[in-house]
Amino acid sequence: MLVSRNGARDDLVIEGARVLDPIAGVDAALDVTVEQGVVTRLEPAKQSHAGLVLAPAFVDPHVHLRTPGREDEETTASGTEAAAAGGFCAILAMPNTEPVVDSAAVLGALIETARADAVVPVGFFGAITKGQNGAELAELAELADHGAVAFTDDGFPVSSPGLMRRALQYASITHRKLALHCEEPTLSCDGQMHEGVVSAELGFAGYPSVAESVMVERDLALAAYERRPLHLLHLSARESVDALRAAHAAGVEATAEATPHHLCLTDDAVRSLDSNVKMNPPLRSEDDRTALLEALRDGTISAVATDHAPHARHEKDVPFEEAPFGVTGLETAFAVLFTDLVGPGVISLETLLARMSDGPARAYGLEPPRIAVGEPANLVLIDTERSWRVKEERFRSRSANSWLLGRTLTGSVRLTVAAGRVAFAA
Amino acid sequence: MPDLRVMRDDMLPPGASPRKHLLSIRDLSHDDVKRLLTTARTFESSLEREVKKLPTLRGRTIVNLFYESSTRTLSSFELAAKRLSADTMSIKAAGSAVDKGESLKDTALTLAAYDPDVIVIRHPHIGAPQLVARVTEARVVNAGDGKHQHPTQALLDLYTLESELGRLEGVHVAIVGDVLHSRVARSNIQAFQLVGARVTLVGPPALLPRGIEAMGCETATDIDVIRDADVVYVLRMQRERMQEGANYVPSLREYTSRWGVTPERIRPGQKVMHPGPMNRGVEIDPRVADAGNALIGTQVRAGLVVRMAVLYDLLTHGPVGVPAEAALEVA
Repeated sequence: MLVSRNGARDDLVIEGARVLDPIAGVDAALDVTVEQGVVTRLEPAKQSHAGLVLAPAFVDPHVHLRTPGREDEETTASGTEAAAAGGFCAILAMPNTEPVVDSAAVLGALIETARADAVVPVGFFGAITKGQNGAELAELAELADHGAVAFTDDGFPVSSPGLMRRALQYASITHRKLALHCEEPTLSCDGQMHEGVVSAELGFAGYPSVAESVMVERDLALAAYERRPLHLLHLSARESVDALRAAHAAGVEATAEATPHHLCLTDDAVRSLDSNVKMNPPLRSEDDRTALLEALRDGTISAVATDHAPHARHEKDVPFEEAPFGVTGLETAFAVLFTDLVGPGVISLETLLARMSDGPARAYGLEPPRIAVGEPANLVLIDTERSWRVKEERFRSRSANSWLLGRTLTGSVRLTVAAGRVAFAA
Repeated sequence: MPDLRVMRDDMLPPGASPRKHLLSIRDLSHDDVKRLLTTARTFESSLEREVKKLPTLRGRTIVNLFYESSTRTLSSFELAAKRLSADTMSIKAAGSAVDKGESLKDTALTLAAYDPDVIVIRHPHIGAPQLVARVTEARVVNAGDGKHQHPTQALLDLYTLESELGRLEGVHVAIVGDVLHSRVARSNIQAFQLVGARVTLVGPPALLPRGIEAMGCETATDIDVIRDADVVYVLRMQRERMQEGANYVPSLREYTSRWGVTPERIRPGQKVMHPGPMNRGVEIDPRVADAGNALIGTQVRAGLVVRMAVLYDLLTHGPVGVPAEAALEVA
């Protein structure tokens, strides 16, 4: 289901790093040999290099590649180069392109492009509804036959509960998950930021937490009734996490993701009036952030997703309310989470690695990256002691709408091996 | 995070005075407010002279960039600049390159080519003045940005009240109406806080923003509480915000019957303010608007001297806090 540029599988030896695969239970200084793209030997290291960690490479389940339609903002080539630089060995691309990925023709063209240009394997979502209009089901079975990994109307909710139910029913024949953008549009209205103390003071129209959580509750109720699994995109609110926890306790098969910005920032950041902290769902309160962190720690939220959303500079360099929602994240995700969460001891490195690799892969039934003999090499080598400054000119992405511009981060990706090929080396 | 208080320009050569803006009441300290009000009083007395023009800002260029319609704010900024002998020009969105889709940033850069000393901007979106301050070298005055701030309105309201009551500290102000969509309310809450006045917000539940109490004010939905205040500050009921289906209130008629400020709902002689433009018969009864205890005309007159004081203050190269009298004498 994932496609990338063809090429010879690589041979390489990575010596002396701390090999850390929390799911496989590996944590030792090892020399790792890769032959023709497959891990063939794990041997005790002859000498170890302080600060170097070799881990299963990351999987990003939520990327906007902007192709087709907005190739000025991102292309399959630039987006996958950015992913490789961020340590990702696989990404899933959202279907809210121009045109929307709602037909086998559009999907087929994207897959052809990825075969030519993708530096790391890419999977493509199909839309749930035609044109993401929330009115008519897309031809899900045909999309699945042509390689859609899963279905989503990301960017928009499936507003109608009746249509949502039909989507759950019909998607069952495809054995693909629905991934849901939970937003009750009559509650979010023209909301620009989280509704709370900061929006009250600044005057921005509020986008309340409950606009997300009522849809989370609705979708979980429908999933329970239809006995179907689903995936919840970019959760932001405590009430959503509570609903998910309750659904898990009741046996609902639901997975969920959270973004680096929701895990690191709160609505207080909007006081800067910087359009690079404008995203949907919006940054929420410290209490919401705490709930997301608890859920990430205990696995209720099993995946980190960047929601990498490139935007042209001239579209973001406008007053906040005029700017589109979304920020980039592929090239900074690990470093900012390592700096802001692992550094101060909020979560462990092991948890972060699991949520950036195993969790997202499993959420969509993909083979989770493993470091073991006989496994395909999907590896990321990280220098955990190296600091770097986030600068616009360093991005491989075609867009630079990052909330981290100017920040100094610790933790630098040195090497990414994706599907047995070196995709990035610094 | 960029500093939203008074911005000091680190880029200037040593010895040059810092570039200041007035973007938000949050930019100001209590001392700043006192200084501005004192300067405004000095200007008020100067306006009693037969020749009202002062040479103070001769050779300075002040641009008024207005993306929203305005009568009193634009006219008072224009007149304030002219009374101080500055060169001034006003650009309105209608009929300018904005009509042709030019971005705010590009318009600001175009105007910056004339090296204006001050850009006064009104814009329908929050943060537009901050953007202009970021991309130009001019000092920027916020003349209203979306629902965010209208700091010169708040200053002129303080000036009016202080003139009327002789004090600001401990004064109880009831702000009535559509707080949710009001930049006047937000700047005034902060301004009244700064000078030690007490604020109660009164209006329909959906028009009192959730979380607003964190700004240090009380809220009530019962119009009867306005009788306890020293001053009733009536907000404009923004009909343009009452789009069909929004259901903030069932109808303007019901709004007026529940929250309209009528002679029966205020104490005899209770002071009443309104930032204008008024919807007579909606948020304010004409009998209240025209009564002797209404300060609405005083507010407009205060607008002129307060805006003169703001322009003067931003362009004063002496140390912050230099008495205005000294500068006037030099002039």
